[in-house]
Amino acid sequence: MLQEIPSSLCFILSGILFTIGAIGAIIRRNLIVVFMCIELMLNAVNLVFIAAANALSSMDGSVFVFFIMTVAAVEAAVGLAIFVMVFRLQNTVNAYEVNLLKG
Amino acid sequence: MDMVSFKGIIFIIAALIAVAASVLMATRKNPIHSALWMIVTFFAMAVIYLLLNAQFIAVAQVMVYAGAIMMLILFVIMLVQMEKGGKGDPGKTGRSAKTKVAGALITVILFGEMLFGALYYQTTGRSGDYPVEMVNSVGNVKTIGSLLYGQYLFPFEIASILLLVGIVGAVVIVKRKE
Repeated sequence: MLQEIPSSLCFILSGILFTIGAIGAIIRRNLIVVFMCIELMLNAVNLVFIAAANALSSMDGSVFVFFIMTVAAVEAAVGLAIFVMVFRLQNTVNAYEVNLLKG
Repeated sequence: MDMVSFKGIIFIIAALIAVAASVLMATRKNPIHSALWMIVTFFAMAVIYLLLNAQFIAVAQVMVYAGAIMMLILFVIMLVQMEKGGKGDPGKTGRSAKTKVAGALITVILFGEMLFGALYYQTTGRSGDYPVEMVNSVGNVKTIGSLLYGQYLFPFEIASILLLVGIVGAVVIVKRKE
């Protein structure tokens, strides 16, 4: 009745979410939306970790996901600080107009 | 594998919500709408984590991602949009449509590879030390806590130092130079 979900389905779902995130990160021009797409890709990887850990009856997946969340939080803090700084300097968050490093 | 079980129905609903919300997130023009759809995606994925017997991660997902990170992103969107005066993307200069289509095609090929891997993978057949019944009898959070403060103590401390460095770095980056 309460049978487990086959992990292939979780892997396929994760692949779909990762692809949506990657295409969004390529196509979108707003830096913040690109950043959110990257967060979505990180979440897809988390899903694979959890599904594999559940299928293999291991606990390491949860611990790894915990560390990935930590890194994602730090990345969000530093990345958004960079976006605010770029907006102050360039008055835009359009990814194609931010060319400060182009000599 | 018949998918008519209770868990299967919940999984399919949550998966459809997650995919639809992430597509909407990637396509909305307004960044605020994107952020709100992202929160919907995070909640759907928290439901999937619950179905996969990862209660601690599901709660952490809602608190850290849907709570903290998305609130930070929403604040920054409002900060940036407010100063801008609600104007959309002004310049049309950018990558050509051809480049975008090529990038998207390469990503779809990558998705095909992932699909192949998901359908034809093989495990070693050895299972780990933490079967679901045992973990649930002790408690998911307790098991993760004993692992984090035992076997993974050193990475845990490194993660705390990383958080400290991140906070200091964010403050240093946004500080106005006088």
